[in-house]
Amino acid sequence: MTTLDATEVSGMIMNKTAEEAGALAKAAASAQAGHETKIAATNVSVFYGEKQALFDVSIDIPARQVMAFIGPSGCGKSTFLRCINRMNDTIDICSVTGTIEIDGANIYDPKIDPVLLRARVGMVFQKPNPFPKSIYDNIAYGPRIHGVAKNGSAMDEIVETSLSRAGLWKEVKDRLNEPGTGLSGGQQQRLCIARAIAVNPDVILMDEPCSALDPIATAKVEELIDELRQHYTIVIVTHSMQQAARVSQKAAFFHLGNLIEVDETEKMFTNPTDKRTQDYITGRFG
Amino acid sequence: MSDTTARPGEPKRGVWYEPDAKLRRRHAADKRLRAYGIAAIVFALAMLATLVGTIAITAAPAVTQTMVTLEVVVPEGAVDPTDPRGGSYQKILNESIARIFPDVDAPRELRELRQLFSNGGQYALRDKVVADPSLIGRTFEVTFPLSDIGDQLHKGVIDRDLPPDYRRVSDTQIGWYDRLVEQGRISAPLNWGMIFNADSRFPELAGLWGALIGSFYALLICFIVSFPVGIAAAVYLEEFAPKNRFTDIIEVNINNLAAVPSIVFGLLGLAVFLNFFGMPRSAPIVGGLVLSLMTLPTIIIATRAALKAVPPSIREAAIGVGASKMQTVGHHVLPLAMPGILTGTIIGLAQALGETAPLLLIGMNAFITAAPDSMFNPSTALPTQIYIWADSPERGFTSRTSAAIIVLLGFLVCMNAIAIYMRKRFERRW
Repeated sequence: MTTLDATEVSGMIMNKTAEEAGALAKAAASAQAGHETKIAATNVSVFYGEKQALFDVSIDIPARQVMAFIGPSGCGKSTFLRCINRMNDTIDICSVTGTIEIDGANIYDPKIDPVLLRARVGMVFQKPNPFPKSIYDNIAYGPRIHGVAKNGSAMDEIVETSLSRAGLWKEVKDRLNEPGTGLSGGQQQRLCIARAIAVNPDVILMDEPCSALDPIATAKVEELIDELRQHYTIVIVTHSMQQAARVSQKAAFFHLGNLIEVDETEKMFTNPTDKRTQDYITGRFG
Repeated sequence: MSDTTARPGEPKRGVWYEPDAKLRRRHAADKRLRAYGIAAIVFALAMLATLVGTIAITAAPAVTQTMVTLEVVVPEGAVDPTDPRGGSYQKILNESIARIFPDVDAPRELRELRQLFSNGGQYALRDKVVADPSLIGRTFEVTFPLSDIGDQLHKGVIDRDLPPDYRRVSDTQIGWYDRLVEQGRISAPLNWGMIFNADSRFPELAGLWGALIGSFYALLICFIVSFPVGIAAAVYLEEFAPKNRFTDIIEVNINNLAAVPSIVFGLLGLAVFLNFFGMPRSAPIVGGLVLSLMTLPTIIIATRAALKAVPPSIREAAIGVGASKMQTVGHHVLPLAMPGILTGTIIGLAQALGETAPLLLIGMNAFITAAPDSMFNPSTALPTQIYIWADSPERGFTSRTSAAIIVLLGFLVCMNAIAIYMRKRFERRW
């Protein structure tokens, strides 16, 4: 935005050790009126066995903004997204090199427990995937396993707040005991967002959250994303240029496993620097 | 053929909706295939009907048991009222029989007469006196089974028109039997003894109770051992184990184990459980352990299939909110896979229930006349009991063997029905 350039910060960080970098990022953050760097990735490469899927991606993701990852299918944007909460750990053959720092701490540090990380970095998936349990239990599951609240009024409150924030409370408050799988697709996806919010994360990752939804449900989810931006850092992968333009402040364009360009969404869509970005945005490929 | 010969753009010859020869051939092939399928099913059903029908017809005589009712006097002094078990009841019964047939007195004839009555009569009498010692000194009625020859005579299995040398009943015995019928002493109630008696050398006294208890204990052990171990093994292999050559070998071996002939497991049980660990022979606990060896692969394979069927999106959802691997499996994957696991388990147990060969090797085909008190006592099991009875020469065992087969089939059908019910009941849509 108006102050320190994000790329400048990352450049500075790269020359320092991790702690110094963390302190630096913090310093930069305080200087930066609310849009400090939340996630800083440095030279991230991902391998599926022998095959390299992501090549040296370095990117800074600002706090409390929506960052959109765009690019043609198979370009590595989902792969990178899943690195941010170490979801790729569940794939045996997948290995990640480089560092990703959240608030100055490298999440690939052996000291970091992926379980705690995923409580701080929530995720919403492409296909709505509520647990085949009641709506209430869907929300309460996360807080319960993390010991945030026991059952009872404290849990009721978390459930209500989470559902309200996801804009679903009014629709489901009378049927909290019905199965979450009985809701419509759009409602299910908002339930999944509420479930992610319930553990009070800093970051929410969304992997094409609207690709299985109709336009009306999509509009609702997009509206929700815009509201959530006040509290959370959001990273969204999307195939829809329009959606990226509507919901995101910054955008990153991936192509064949490389990060081509990161910029303000508005600027990227009107005046991209790279030829490939321009070709993709104008619909010449992808 | 016009379809393929016509060049693109050229109008098709003939009326377009009239099927040509090629299409007709395709339809004919369809119909033929369907006919083969129906024929195969009809054939299978006919075979099944023949099998079940034959067994049912053979078993029919075992549904009832021919009983005789006698007036008995237990003289004072013949039985000690403080210890009524000790009396010589056979003698008392013999006197009662002699009273009905006063004309029979030659010892040879008397022996022949007694052959009509079951050896179990004395026990029926004893049990009655033990239950109520005040009967001593009074006249009362006792109902007990006729012997096998009497029973078969009553049911018409022994043909009285055959020459005497060709049947096991003499003409005099037939005469005595007819007198009993005339006096209204013969009845044929439902054969509950067939279920509630233990095994016996005499068909009219033999029942399945010991085998039922033995099978129950064996299956209980089998379930207790193979269910948790099978699930633990499957969960580890499916969810936690690294995919490498070693786990591949384990997987192939488990699949092979499921195909190992059951008698091999019996030999293993004989060598390991009986000879090495010195466990009791013929005991349901050993039977259950051997059966659990056989059931384990079935349960592991079914569990792995059920775990695989749980959509990955559920795992991702759980991991995404910060559940650990163990929590993901314990809270979500396993409960969702449970119907499939239970179905597999019940089918595995049903297989184990019908398994005979391994039980023969560990001695569960012994002749045991009392139901086991615990799983460490010698016992038979349902299939081995059938095996024993099928081997016995008395006519009464023919129908009892078939009846026992029906009982076994009944249990199998029930277990499979439960499996199907659970599959339907807990089936989930995603």
